[in-house]
Formats: sequence, structure tokens, C-alpha cells
Amino acid sequence: MSAMKKLINDPANVVADALRGVALAHPELRVDHEQKVVYRGDAPVRGKVGLISGGGSGHEPLHAGFVGPGMLDAACAGEVFTSPVPDQMVAATKGVDGGSGVLHIVKNYTGDIMNFEMAAEIVAADTGTEVIAVITNDDVAVEDSLYTAGRRGVGVTVLVEKIAGAAADEGRPLADVAAVARKVNENGRSMGLALTSCTVPAAGKPTFDLPADQMEVGIGIHGEPGRRRVPVASAAEAAEMLVTPILGDLTYKNVIAFVNGMGGTPLIELYVLFAEVAAILEKSGVSIARSLVGPYITSLDMAGASVTLVEADDEILRLWDAPVRTPGLRWGI
Amino acid sequence: MADTVGTEALHAWIREFARLIAEHKDLLTELDSAIGDADHGVNLHRGMSAVVEVLAKETPGRPGELLKRTGMTLVSTVGGASGPLYGTAFLRMSAIAGDAETLDGADLARVLRAALDGVVARGKAQAGDKTMYDALAPAVESLEESIAAGQPLGEALDGALRAAEQGRAATIAMVARKGRASYLGERSAGHQDPGATSVTLLVAAAAAALA
Repeated sequence: MSAMKKLINDPANVVADALRGVALAHPELRVDHEQKVVYRGDAPVRGKVGLISGGGSGHEPLHAGFVGPGMLDAACAGEVFTSPVPDQMVAATKGVDGGSGVLHIVKNYTGDIMNFEMAAEIVAADTGTEVIAVITNDDVAVEDSLYTAGRRGVGVTVLVEKIAGAAADEGRPLADVAAVARKVNENGRSMGLALTSCTVPAAGKPTFDLPADQMEVGIGIHGEPGRRRVPVASAAEAAEMLVTPILGDLTYKNVIAFVNGMGGTPLIELYVLFAEVAAILEKSGVSIARSLVGPYITSLDMAGASVTLVEADDEILRLWDAPVRTPGLRWGI
Repeated sequence: MADTVGTEALHAWIREFARLIAEHKDLLTELDSAIGDADHGVNLHRGMSAVVEVLAKETPGRPGELLKRTGMTLVSTVGGASGPLYGTAFLRMSAIAGDAETLDGADLARVLRAALDGVVARGKAQAGDKTMYDALAPAVESLEESIAAGQPLGEALDGALRAAEQGRAATIAMVARKGRASYLGERSAGHQDPGATSVTLLVAAAAAALA
């Protein structure tokens, strides 16, 4: 008997089955089931820079849930926690190319980087479409980036997709949209913790053992190990563990504060955590200009949360407030 | 066998590599669960099975075309980091093989050097980073030296295999600096690298099928 309790049919078909659901629930999107690419229904939008992203599945609503006006033009879904293959990004790039170039938003994981890189080379050789890739790498849990593959791309990716999407909607050229995306990434830092592991459907058992009285601080979004394991703490103490390393890494004055759920933690706890994060920021002289609370970049059924802070200037705030209409984020329209 | 190889021999090499990957699938996945994300065996097996199927359906006429088809199929089916790394290696080999109908020992050494250069270009790995580079680089160097010294191809490939095996064993003590294993820092030491293990199978397949 399996200990896995999941609402699935066949573990091997989870991604395909979920995409069928996405297509039926969101008729304004167009789903290429063969390539596993989700497009906004009217792609390519003439004259607008196209935005695509993608990565392993299991982080929903990221990325397909952020496809729509004001955000992404297409998202490529890999297998659970496995990077998509270049064919998918090539198809997506061609499918969203409205004649003004295409921005690739890539989370800093070795597999994602290489597959997006190959896709860009194939597109360049094939159609000559101009492609710029922006890598997100905001996870301060990775301390020694000289001797590792570098900081992982986590929470800031959601904000990069929203803000760069708004810049593209203003009709700005590819280089500008890429510069905005880079600015958000450079101004953003994140840190996460897990209360439980997650269970990959194909594996059928939790990725790591976490005793009932312990939590793992400094996790990524795939159940990879964190910085340290500590006894389960209160929300106030947890907020300290997450916010202190972020404030230690970058100077903040006025921020977009994003408290993210990892998939298995209820919203009520995320709000408890947000209150504690806000208290620390106030004590540190940092004001909160905008906020986002909820599960937006998840790790399947993992219980836990992450905090992302982005230092926001007027441009970032204006683009953050711009209209967006996607399954995962929707305002102003 | 003679000291030149044609499409048929290279096809046998690819099939032998696929067979070795299938045979060692669980070992590769086990090594990868210790320091990575437990999918190296499954992903490479899926890719090489697809390659064998593609090549069986329509066997290309020349070595360069065979290597290209292999690389393209791996890129499209493997995913993760190993898809682009192995895919790039085969595509670079194909570029060196060009339109030639057969390859001699010196050609093969250049072909495998191109594979190594491709892995470096794609993965940015250096010696000692605990990656496939640490097994493939000594194999390529050994092959180049043996061929330059006038050794027959069979002996030269056997020497390359021994060099790969030594390089693979050396990865056990290394601390990973690339890929997901790098996030473990010192905790990655004491484990043999899965990529160094699979690429040693590629050299073993060459020693078995090309000599």
C-alpha cells in the first residue's frame, strides 16, 4: 500500500492531466498538449515583446498560471521538478514572437539554464528572432555562490514576470523589458523554510525525512536540503529566520513584500507570518509599499513558506500596479 | 577490426551505450539520489531508448549524420542538465565528423575532444568540479596520446577506458561545485558522481564496439 494520498489518475500523466484541466478551466488560454506549452489565446501579440518562462512542474500557479495579458505570453511545463526540453521553448518562442523579440525568464537551476540556452541557439539559427534571457537568482539561503551553481531562482520570479510583463505591455523594446526584469531580480532576495517535505507523484514517497518537531530553514523549491534544521518555531521566530538574512544581504527602504506558501500551508498561517514580517520590517525602518500573500510559487504539497522582498522605485510600483489578467494574478482589468 | 570505423561501427557504439545505460539505470539513479535529484538513470535511459528507436527506423548513411541524429534526440527527450550536456557532446562530435564516410584513430580522438569541449562550453565545468568532465577529460587525453604514439585503436580505447575509470573513482572524494550537488557543499564528498559514471559507460561502449 502506498502512503501517498493524491488526487491523481496515473502518476506518469499528472502534468498532461493537469494541462487538460488548465485548458478547460481557462478557455482564454490556448494549450499545446503535445509540446506542453500554455499560450495566451491571442498570441503572438503584434509589436509587443513576447515573454516566456517555464520550468519543472509542481510549482503552480507558476508558470502557466501567470499566462495572460500583463504577464507571460507562454509557459513551458516540464515534468515534475524537471526542466522542459529545448523543443518546448523553441515552439513557445516562435509562438509568441510578435516581431519585437522574446524575453526568456529563467530560474537559476543548471538544467533550466542549459535547456533555455540551447533553445535560444536553435531559435537564432532558425528564425533569427532576437532573444534575451534574464536569470532569476534571489535565494539568500545559498551563501557560497562561488563554489556552487549560484543562488537559486525562487520567489522573485513571480514579481519579475508581473513587472516585466507590464513593461512589455507598455510597448517598450526588448532591451528595456529585459533591463526592468534584471532590476527587479537584482533588487529582490528570498528565503524559505519547510515544515514538511513534499511527495513527487512518480516517487510516491516524501523527498526527505523531516521529524514532526523539526523544520528545515533555507530550502529551495524542490525539496532540496536547506541551510539548517531547527526545532519548529513560532511564526514570530520563523519570520526572524527568514527576514534577517534578507536584510543582511541588501539595503531596503521601501519594498514589495511577498509572503509565499509552499503548497501545504493554509492562508491563515501565511497571514500570521505576514504580520510578523511586517513588524520586523517596521522595526528595521523598512516601509511596505505593496504586498502579496498566498501560494504563488509552490513545491507540490510541502508545508512551509518563503519571504521575498523587492526594493521598489516608482517605476517598479507603477508596473506592479498595472492591469494583469491571468489565472494566478488578476487586477485592474 | 580495422583502424578505421564507419557508420555501422558507430551505430554499434550507440547501441552498446544504450544497453549499458539500461543495465546500470538503477545504479545511476541511486548515485544521483545521494547528491542530486534521483533522475539521472531514468532520464538517460529514456533518451537512449529513443535514440535506438530513431536510428533503427532509419539508419543514417554517414557517421556525422548518425551522431547528429543521436544528439538531437537526446536534447529533445532527456531534459534536466544531462540532456543538453550529452546532446551538445554528440552535436559537436557530428560537426567534426562532417561528411566523412569513415573515421581513423586520429579522427576519433578529434571527435571525442570536440565532445569534451562541448561539455565544457555548455556546463562551464572545470577539472575537480565533480562532474562528467572529470572522467571524460582523462579519457580524451589518454586517447590523444595513444593515437599520437601510434598505438592501434583497440589498445588506445582500452587505455582511454582505464583513464575514465580512474577519473570516475577520483570524483568520490571531490566536493561538487556544479549542478544541484553543489548545494550540499562538503556533504557531497564521499559519493561517486553520477555523470562521471554514465560518461565512463560511453567510453566503455566505445572500447567494446569500436575496437
